[in-house]
Amino acid sequence: MQPFEYANPTTLQEALGMLGNRWGETYVLAGGTDLISLMKEYIETPKRLVNIKGIKELGGIQSTKTGLRIGSTVTVEELLDHAEVRKSFPALTEAARGISSPQIRNMGTVGGDLCQRPRCWYFRQGFGLLAMKDGKSLVPDGENRYHAILGNGGPAYFVSASSFGPALVALGAKIRLASASGHREVAASKFFVTPQNENAREIALLPNEILTEIIVPHEGTKNATYEVRQKQALDWPLAAASVALKMKGSTVSSARIVLAHVAPTPWEATEAGKALDGKAVTPESAEEAAKAALADAKPLSGNGYKVQLARVAVKRALLEAVRARG
Amino acid sequence: MPDAPNYSWPPMEKRRVLGKSTKRVDGPIKAAGRAKYSSDFTQKDLLHGALLTSPHAHARVTSIDTSGAEKLPGVTAVRVIASPGTELMWAGQEVASVAAETEEIARDATRRIKVQYEVLPHLVREDDLKKAGVRAKAAGEQVKGDPDKAFQEADAVVEGHYGIPVITHCCLESHGNVVEWKGDKLNLYPSTQNASGIGGDLSQNLKVPASNVHTNMQYIGGGFGSKFAADLWGVEAARLSKASNGRPVKLFLDRATELMMAGNRPSAYANIKVAAKKDGTITAWQSESWSTGGIGGGGSPPIPYVFDVPNQRKNHTAVSTNCGGVRAWRAPNHQQACYLTNTAFDDLAAKLNMDPLEFYDKNLGLTPRAEVYRAQMRKGAELIDWQKLWHLRGQSGSGTVKRGLGLAMSTWGGGGHNSQCRTTIHPDGTVEVELCSQDLGTGTRTVITMVAAETLGLPLGAITLRIGDSSLPPSGASGGSTTVGGVSSSTRKSTVNALAKLFDAVAPTMGSSADQLEAVDGRIQVKGDSSKSLTWKAACQKLGVNKISEMGENNQRNPGGLNSSGVGGVQLADVSVDTETGLVKIIKAVAVQDVGLVINPKTSESQIHGGCIMGICAALMEERIMDQQTGRMLNPDMEFYKIAGIGDIGEIIVHLDITPEHDKRGVVGLGEPAAIALLTAIANATANAIGVRVPEIPLTPDRVLAALERRNA
Repeated sequence: MQPFEYANPTTLQEALGMLGNRWGETYVLAGGTDLISLMKEYIETPKRLVNIKGIKELGGIQSTKTGLRIGSTVTVEELLDHAEVRKSFPALTEAARGISSPQIRNMGTVGGDLCQRPRCWYFRQGFGLLAMKDGKSLVPDGENRYHAILGNGGPAYFVSASSFGPALVALGAKIRLASASGHREVAASKFFVTPQNENAREIALLPNEILTEIIVPHEGTKNATYEVRQKQALDWPLAAASVALKMKGSTVSSARIVLAHVAPTPWEATEAGKALDGKAVTPESAEEAAKAALADAKPLSGNGYKVQLARVAVKRALLEAVRARG
Repeated sequence: MPDAPNYSWPPMEKRRVLGKSTKRVDGPIKAAGRAKYSSDFTQKDLLHGALLTSPHAHARVTSIDTSGAEKLPGVTAVRVIASPGTELMWAGQEVASVAAETEEIARDATRRIKVQYEVLPHLVREDDLKKAGVRAKAAGEQVKGDPDKAFQEADAVVEGHYGIPVITHCCLESHGNVVEWKGDKLNLYPSTQNASGIGGDLSQNLKVPASNVHTNMQYIGGGFGSKFAADLWGVEAARLSKASNGRPVKLFLDRATELMMAGNRPSAYANIKVAAKKDGTITAWQSESWSTGGIGGGGSPPIPYVFDVPNQRKNHTAVSTNCGGVRAWRAPNHQQACYLTNTAFDDLAAKLNMDPLEFYDKNLGLTPRAEVYRAQMRKGAELIDWQKLWHLRGQSGSGTVKRGLGLAMSTWGGGGHNSQCRTTIHPDGTVEVELCSQDLGTGTRTVITMVAAETLGLPLGAITLRIGDSSLPPSGASGGSTTVGGVSSSTRKSTVNALAKLFDAVAPTMGSSADQLEAVDGRIQVKGDSSKSLTWKAACQKLGVNKISEMGENNQRNPGGLNSSGVGGVQLADVSVDTETGLVKIIKAVAVQDVGLVINPKTSESQIHGGCIMGICAALMEERIMDQQTGRMLNPDMEFYKIAGIGDIGEIIVHLDITPEHDKRGVVGLGEPAAIALLTAIANATANAIGVRVPEIPLTPDRVLAALERRNA
């Protein structure tokens, strides 16, 4: 690991003043569960780390007029244990439960989950975010069993690793970012972006910004997350889905269905959501929606099975949403 | 001439310590985190070593410039291992090494070594034999009986493809050591399965007398067959230490390097054809098999396994790949042989619509221990509720989640390695038992202590055991499940010899003769007359200033009835398969093991649990994933090199086949046999559940769903 400076500010303003305008020089450190391993592998070699865990205002979960406010340094475990989250946003609780290492739940933060880098094994072995070698991505002809089946027209083939991103998109959440010059608010659905070149990032956060909080609106949805994962112990989902349903009686008035671990970003299946309008969620309608959600999937040489897994995730998430609070 | 002492094990009914489930003597110190493993070693002047390894699967070094590393503050030594002109055969092969004041500096320094490579063509995948070209070397056809006639006359023939991938050892404690020079002598603190022998291996590499190396290892975090030699990291640490004025150098591999460099289990793939009569009698076997164990090829599984099929035709091809080399992996070649054989047989039984229990029973005459297996299958069937739960292949009802049962059989050698033990009885009553063996976490400390306590009539706490130090009497390496046989026998002999000396010393004062004395419950007494007795302490005081120090030796070739080899085992699995996701879960695993004389049922069962867990990992998730484009291993980490956690294990039931008949054979090791059959039983249970064979393990969702798709097509 390359030597680096370490700063431990106690206010947001102080922290923001320490950031720079270029990636690769100064990084924000929260739980460190991803950043430290990236540094140990020399994928990231920052000159300075700014620890934000000492900044009080970035912690805590509160109910506000606009919705539930989740501070960016709230740990996965704190979110998992939060009664109101559990009651109103089981999609988030289930996503937190899927992070199945107690060590990571205790160290890792909600903000860190949203900002973590992809797990693509070519990226992690130093071939770059887009895994380019001799002007061509290694993924399509390589080992792509865990790669994207949607949004994979290139040049990005990795899947977004965020556990909370898909649920936050489904719940219509807003993400607040601060810089020395002020604050801005980005819809969760706009926070994740597909990079078009090696120097671009997979999130909307800029190098001089800190993710401060997340606002989850109280929309009274039935919501759920379902992950298809091989191991109960520490493992990544092979595919997952988060859904949030606004109901009119026993029928759906509007549905947001978001697929996870299948595309470079959380992937909203807009058409599949519309297909549920005015219908009750039944095994049959859930199956139809699941099919529609994957209609555009274009698997690579080794990941066709993920289409089926993602379908199952959508179907089971929908059924879980109406079962859980139904 | 006095009679030769009687070393034989006490009769089953008279044992006070042996055969009683006993907690490990090192449990508390391990649970408290106070057990010091070699990777915990630290001292003030400790240096850290790191390796630079090849990023290419096949390349020639054209130039190497170490000046950048040498200039980095904190670096004490930089060594070139692969000088210009060296051909590197796999990604992960060593190129240079560095010693520095901290681990971080050492690793940073390796990145400042500038190496230029001429990249050469590579092959890192062997699953498709057609792509192996000249890298594939067939051993030649072996024929037995008349396979053509037997296939012609058969009532049922099945043909199938089966495959089991390369996996690594993935020891919790990675490979490595601390080495320091003291003048012309070396201290070695390794993580090894071979505490007595590793120093000699290091000394040969360094060209110093073996007696100049002192080895000490108290605890090891797993070896599984991959930690016998001094290895590159031992030799490099010694050379870096020498180049750093003898300061101790700690060189442990990081996880990525360990998974690429420190050994693996060869793969095995095969196209197999088997035949049987209508009644299930197996008549013919034909196989075209291939495997890789790295650049040297390697891995020829003994198929057909356990069953001596009368008519056979087989040919095995070794594929040389640009990958790290093979090492012994808990029961070398047996998992592969078990998988290739028992999957094909299971498919044959399914084709005949036969219950595998009945099918195997029919063919046990082809095995060397029919009655042992027959009894084990009966016991295993009872423990897994086979009669109630078994169904014809694929007949698991209409739900999404299917359930199935499967079984497989294994065999192993064992025996006891060469071992010398010294027992010292001091005049104050303290007892030391000393031998340079090693406890791999299997319970070796505990069984040695139990044997000494049994012989001397003392509680476990009265025995001070010293192991893991090369100044003690030597014991063999822990390989081939030979440790427990070796150390229990040498300990038995040494403690019997020491006790005989004590009897000689105290008999006159007790008005008796030595052959009339016995050691029971902390006393020396006249046999059958507890009124004539001395406490252990009082007896030892009679030694005056003299201590007793007696050796005992196990000779591998002449175990004298104390240990033996050759066991069978049956393992069974009950699994559920979600046919929508292809996820296989273990409901229950059953292991029935033939074990000889069991010294400690608790640690024996624990060994078998460990073997079963390795079987579950191998069956469901574990594989080395190689990328032909980059020549790299893509999962040299604990994230995608998947190992089961507690929630993935299900219920494991162990039945030790303890019978007077097995007991008479003496002590038999069981580390290896426990780790053979379960992965195959799980594969067979999965086929039983979903109605179709998943040809290659691990049984990941992609493979299971692909098999289901073929079934439905």
